[in-house]
Amino acid sequence: MNKRIGVFICHCGLNIAGTVDVDALREAVGKIRNVVYVKNYIFLCSQPGQEMVSDAVKEHKLDGFIVANCSPTLHEKTFRTIAIKLGMNPYLVEVANIREQSSWPHSKQPDYATKKALKIIKGTIKKLERNIELYTQRVGLTKRALVIGGGIAGIQAALDIADGGYEVLLLDRKQSIGGHMAQISETFPTLDCPQCIMTPKMTEVAQHPNIKLYTYSEVEEISGFIGNFTVKLRQKARYVDWDKCTGCGECIAKCPSKPLSEFNRNLCKGTAIYRDFEQAVPSYPVINKEACLYFQKGVCRVCEKVCPAAAINYEDKDIIKEEKIGAIIIATGYDLMPIQALGEYGAGKYKDVVDGMQFERLLASTGPYAGNVKRPSDQKVPESVVFIQCAGSRDPETHYPYCSKICCMYTAKQALLYKHNVHHGKAYIFYIDIRSNGKGYEEFVQRVQEEEGVVYIRGKVSKVFKRGDKLVVWGADTLTGQTVEIETDLVVLASAMIPSTGSLNLASKTRLATDKFGWFSEAHPKLRPVESVTGGYFLAGTAQAPRDIPETVAQASGAASKVLALFSNEYIESDPVIAQVDPEICNRCGYCESVCAYGAVKLNPKTRIAEVNEVLCEGCGACAATCPSGAISHRNNSRKQIFDMISVATENYDQITTKFDK
Amino acid sequence: MEVSYFPGCTLKQTARNFEISAISSCKLLGLDLTELSRWNCCGTVYSLSTDDSMHHLAPIRNLIRVQEDGFKEVVTLCSMCYNTLKQANELMKKEPDRLKKMNDFMYREEDYIPDVEVYHLVTYIKERLGYEKVRELVKQPLTGLKVAVYYGCLLLRPDSIKLDDRENPMIMEDLLTALGAEIIDYPFSNECCGSYHTLGQKEIVLNRTNKLITEARRDGADVLVLSCPECDFNLDHRQKDTLEKYPNFQTMPVLYFTQLLNIALGGNLEDCGFELNYIDPLPVLREKGIIK
Repeated sequence: MNKRIGVFICHCGLNIAGTVDVDALREAVGKIRNVVYVKNYIFLCSQPGQEMVSDAVKEHKLDGFIVANCSPTLHEKTFRTIAIKLGMNPYLVEVANIREQSSWPHSKQPDYATKKALKIIKGTIKKLERNIELYTQRVGLTKRALVIGGGIAGIQAALDIADGGYEVLLLDRKQSIGGHMAQISETFPTLDCPQCIMTPKMTEVAQHPNIKLYTYSEVEEISGFIGNFTVKLRQKARYVDWDKCTGCGECIAKCPSKPLSEFNRNLCKGTAIYRDFEQAVPSYPVINKEACLYFQKGVCRVCEKVCPAAAINYEDKDIIKEEKIGAIIIATGYDLMPIQALGEYGAGKYKDVVDGMQFERLLASTGPYAGNVKRPSDQKVPESVVFIQCAGSRDPETHYPYCSKICCMYTAKQALLYKHNVHHGKAYIFYIDIRSNGKGYEEFVQRVQEEEGVVYIRGKVSKVFKRGDKLVVWGADTLTGQTVEIETDLVVLASAMIPSTGSLNLASKTRLATDKFGWFSEAHPKLRPVESVTGGYFLAGTAQAPRDIPETVAQASGAASKVLALFSNEYIESDPVIAQVDPEICNRCGYCESVCAYGAVKLNPKTRIAEVNEVLCEGCGACAATCPSGAISHRNNSRKQIFDMISVATENYDQITTKFDK
Repeated sequence: MEVSYFPGCTLKQTARNFEISAISSCKLLGLDLTELSRWNCCGTVYSLSTDDSMHHLAPIRNLIRVQEDGFKEVVTLCSMCYNTLKQANELMKKEPDRLKKMNDFMYREEDYIPDVEVYHLVTYIKERLGYEKVRELVKQPLTGLKVAVYYGCLLLRPDSIKLDDRENPMIMEDLLTALGAEIIDYPFSNECCGSYHTLGQKEIVLNRTNKLITEARRDGADVLVLSCPECDFNLDHRQKDTLEKYPNFQTMPVLYFTQLLNIALGGNLEDCGFELNYIDPLPVLREKGIIK
């Protein structure tokens, strides 16, 4: 029992004192049992305020104290740090939140606010009386990171961590790293091609002594917790021995099976033995078993015959590898929604209705027509192109309510590149409004409108259908109030970005929090944007939400710096305000295990008694509230403490007189 | 097989040809359309106001009649009736509190228990018989007849009651293919016919009719087939005024799908009620050798 309690009441300027009668409050608090010192101050969080608290603790030999001020999310840490400096256990400091919970919401009822503030303080005193000293747990950590996803986000994060001196495993499902950025023709607003700006980074990854590449691999299982993960990785059967392969490409040149090229978004054919693209890293190919004549029909084996390095191995099997990891960066990126769902635009029905990424491939010099824009149905040069923005985005009724963020800019860029490619061509863009908020973005859009002569039409398209060999686009021009009909050769849909299938698989494997669409949730939308809700997982790029390349790179560096900060510690300290189990009371029902969002409570496989992993536990209290036998309690929030607080809160407070009582 | 059937007002008047051809062709399919013993207005337009239970009384009272007649299913023909009855029924399934309130209000009726299913005839034929069965029963295939199928809005929207994909519906096309007709790609099948503007602002409807029929012509259709008396009035009967307004307009016969179904199944020509079609479909049917 703490019996020498001090209470410090903050005025917070007029935020508290303007509503709450702080003098009456001080007087009432002074009469409470076990309170030996009460003091009011205008701003407790100021430097002199903190010193005043520090001096009073020493002078009055307090064994615990309460600050009655704002939310504990703001200044709890400030005052607990003071306690640490004084040699007091920080868990003997409590915050009574009389601002967010009293003076602000009840600003029109000062009398009530004063009495409620007293209730809050009195309850907190009751809690503090029974608080015990708590100590953080220390566990070691593996200073080795796993980056899942080898797009620009994963590449940047991996390079930053590796440059910081730590080992990184960079994982990608595909044969090569590079992700979507490698598919793009040129990037807005500077029009650099990714081959120029991205391949140096890819090479750097390949050559970096601290980076271990795991391409054509997937996460099988993740267990453990921050600093101490064990990850099982499935390296898919490549059927090519990469230790022997020289990447000469002879096999690719001779492969007779021609499945559609995934990298070219099915616009042209590739080969069954393939690498994603010419500058692929690593440059060693893999065999697509579904398309390979040998695997499907038992004939061919041409690649084996032509390989000068005898690297083909049809007997290759998936390999499961286990790795010890300290931190995980999720950079699993996005996909575009399947445009078949956009039937009103003729998508899925007409070959010449393509999505934004397909048009990137039509523009790209490495694409199906070597950078000469042709339409997929008959390889005719399109005399005009209609771009439809917000195809599936900003459409809460039928598709996705959110803005995909990058489409306004890439559509402008695509229209410009098309005009540069087909000089006499006409480009029309249907838009809801133009969102060009980035450095140099608005200027770029203005250039596209004014100098490139692209026609911007504000309005939605209602229908795309075929008439002869032309596509007809019906839409509204909401600036003139007219309906518009455009006959065109090609329609490009800026279709909504959605989480990649890799993201969705990973979310179900790790139970990491996502929003309802599957984007990974950050710990705090403003102040902790690169951390996941679960410790040890960090987020980079479009796995979290739609964003462009500069933002992705910045966030990837942010996530990497969080990992580096974690790795700069020799051990991890965990918050001790967590659940604890009394094994004598536990009845082995396992309800706690089923409600724990963090996988922190588990029944011991032998005794079937619940056990809390102190590092994983976030102290949410769900298990304690669920436990039917009362075996789980939340440290410093015991049942006794909670019931004490309730009985104080339900007392009659009419006997307190404030200056507002008339 | 006895099937409970809700006709609605138009099928007793201007769309009499829709009803008699449906009854006749269903008989040939082995379905005995049994008209509800008592019925009232379907409610006409489904009310989207959340606080407007009053407008759901009419459709729900009709579903009580189905219940009284001892049926679990009711088939409709008119798109409007289908849409209103089905949506109101879905609402009752979803909102038990509102159902209770309405049952209390209709205190002299038996309580509605929302387990009646509302079908449009085309769905009913597809699900209960299957188009293969229909194909077997065809006596006079519609060979050579180029058909544009038109759905309008009420069979496809909202998603909760749609017969088929909202943008690329195929359910009626598949039926007509089973009857031997040649389906043309008609991207306007879910466009608006102008609906009730036909009363107040006829010009809008004439514009739509001109557009929709002309496009069907351009796509090579001989006839337009539909399932809505309102669309039929606008697209068939309004061709008279359309021709006056647009002198180059070329007319086209517009038929209910049941009229073609009846012919294909070998039903009597009188049961098609072609005298109620404004543009006479007989010449083109004769030309194709489908009727004599």
